[in-house]
Amino acid sequence: MPPDIAKPAESGHASIGDVVKIREQTIWQKIVASQPFWVTVALLVLVAFMTMLEPSFGTVDNAANVTRNFAPFGIMALGMTVVIITGGIDLSVGSIMGLVAIVAGLFLTWEYPWYVAFFMGLLAGLACGAVNGFFVAYVGMPSFVVTLGMLSIARSLAVVFSGNQMLYKFGPDAPIVKAIGQAKFPHQVPGDSIPDWIPQFSSHFWVMIVMALVVGYVFNFKAYGRHLMAIGGNENAARLTGVPVDWIKFQAYVFSAFTASIASLLLLGYNGSAINAMGQGYELRVIAATVIGGANLMGGAGTAFGAIVGSAFLEVIRNALLMAGIDSNWQGAFVGAFIILAVLLGMQSGGKSLIAATVERMFPKKHR
Amino acid sequence: MALLDIRNVSKSFGAIQAVNDISFAIERGEVVGLMGDNGAGKSTMVKLIAGNFPPTEGEIAVEGEVCHFHKPIEARAKGIEVVYQDLAIADNLTAAQNVFLGRELKKGPWPFRVLDKQAMIDRAAELFGELKSETRPRDLVRKMSGGQRQAVAIARTRLSKAHMVLMDEPTAAISVRQVAEVLELIRRLKAQGVAVILISHRMPDVFAVCDRIIVMRRGAKVADKTVAQTSPEEITGLITGAIRAA
Repeated sequence: MPPDIAKPAESGHASIGDVVKIREQTIWQKIVASQPFWVTVALLVLVAFMTMLEPSFGTVDNAANVTRNFAPFGIMALGMTVVIITGGIDLSVGSIMGLVAIVAGLFLTWEYPWYVAFFMGLLAGLACGAVNGFFVAYVGMPSFVVTLGMLSIARSLAVVFSGNQMLYKFGPDAPIVKAIGQAKFPHQVPGDSIPDWIPQFSSHFWVMIVMALVVGYVFNFKAYGRHLMAIGGNENAARLTGVPVDWIKFQAYVFSAFTASIASLLLLGYNGSAINAMGQGYELRVIAATVIGGANLMGGAGTAFGAIVGSAFLEVIRNALLMAGIDSNWQGAFVGAFIILAVLLGMQSGGKSLIAATVERMFPKKHR
Repeated sequence: MALLDIRNVSKSFGAIQAVNDISFAIERGEVVGLMGDNGAGKSTMVKLIAGNFPPTEGEIAVEGEVCHFHKPIEARAKGIEVVYQDLAIADNLTAAQNVFLGRELKKGPWPFRVLDKQAMIDRAAELFGELKSETRPRDLVRKMSGGQRQAVAIARTRLSKAHMVLMDEPTAAISVRQVAEVLELIRRLKAQGVAVILISHRMPDVFAVCDRIIVMRRGAKVADKTVAQTSPEEITGLITGAIRAA
């Protein structure tokens, strides 16, 4: 802050016009103080480190692989971010994936066209989201309890509907379903004009990118995004200023279920089969990715970019551990440690996040 | 014609008579202190005017027109705004975002109808300027002083050019310097012809800014005097019941 406006009381009221134009932080300072930025830095460092250490990590094929692996988590993390911004949580996304896969799989087994099957699967997922949203937003129950119940209900329904069988005899539209789940762009064939260093990104990845752009657009440029943030910051204030709080909270849970359904259908196509255990335990990884990406479990903060970067970070860690030859049973310990670390770094001390406070200590006033 | 005319208003919740046959009128640009002990019916009175619920008996007239409010939004349409005790501010948003919360300015055609952020920041800066408050529209409310937060809540009432602002305990729980800021804001509103009803327990604040003081006790109005005609001692007596009525 320049010294001439540091003591406004003495200089009188003439300077108000100048004061109000001052930005508290420049765009760059804002970015540096944000958690997604540091997670991105950590991600890039990790990628660079692994590329040097492990030749098979930095390959084009592995890039396509990793991006495909984390895309379903990224997609769901977008929905989870919306819910967490409102101050809630959705524990049911993993189970909703299972139910959606089984419902879509059943319709495919009964030889319905693929779009009917996908539509019915989506409908089942949205219905679960609507039930969650109804009890949280309109009945006023804690989201933890409602979605924990749905976690159990949706999984149970998936087991019942499937008769505890794997569904894979998908009728005439099976190739289309597979094509959707396994599509690649750009598609590399030997001797084409596309440079070989461009990975063949999966359909999962592109769906995630498109959805992230849409969610980011809504967060930043629509009144809707602003209302979401306000609900998380002070629900009562949002209500008093005329924001349709209940309706928006309801929609948040439906959107979360929608993202779980999309992720489920993509994985269904990729695997070419449906099992009722699909998505088991995914809710924890999605929540972890969301929190690592900077969403605040108390509500009121979160970004689309953070959701994607958080998911990518977790997957790269997982991939790196595998390549380093560490027993895959250790993954849980690492994921858990990163959740705690992320929340610790995002914690507010004196109105500043731990990261922002540290940055300020490292670069004192002369830079601001 | 009075800006606000309360005519023989009563409100009961079941067997409890919260407000009993109260009448008073408020003119433009008048600052009226509404005082009374806890449970005297101040909050009920405010909620009646703010439109949270309609009176059981009697009527409320705004600019001579009898109104039947059922929701705060209906009172707001008539130019009555409330600054709530907790200010109804979201900490994680900026000052400008809070001022326009629920009434965002937008531009562009559907479905690309986006927030007009610059217009909102400019308008908020203008409002803070009118209130002579050094509040920067782009700052997060989380980092603001009590006085600045009050300015944000009051700026919100200026968006719609309200004729009357109800303020519920605006000077409770803030520092001495910030109290002075808030009282200055009230004087600004008065200077712009806005009527203010100030609900407060703090005698010095009420005497500092109000033209008139209305005292309530057990749901009834026991006094309605100009500041010049009364003293803090008399008001205290009226609030506690040591003086029956004046």
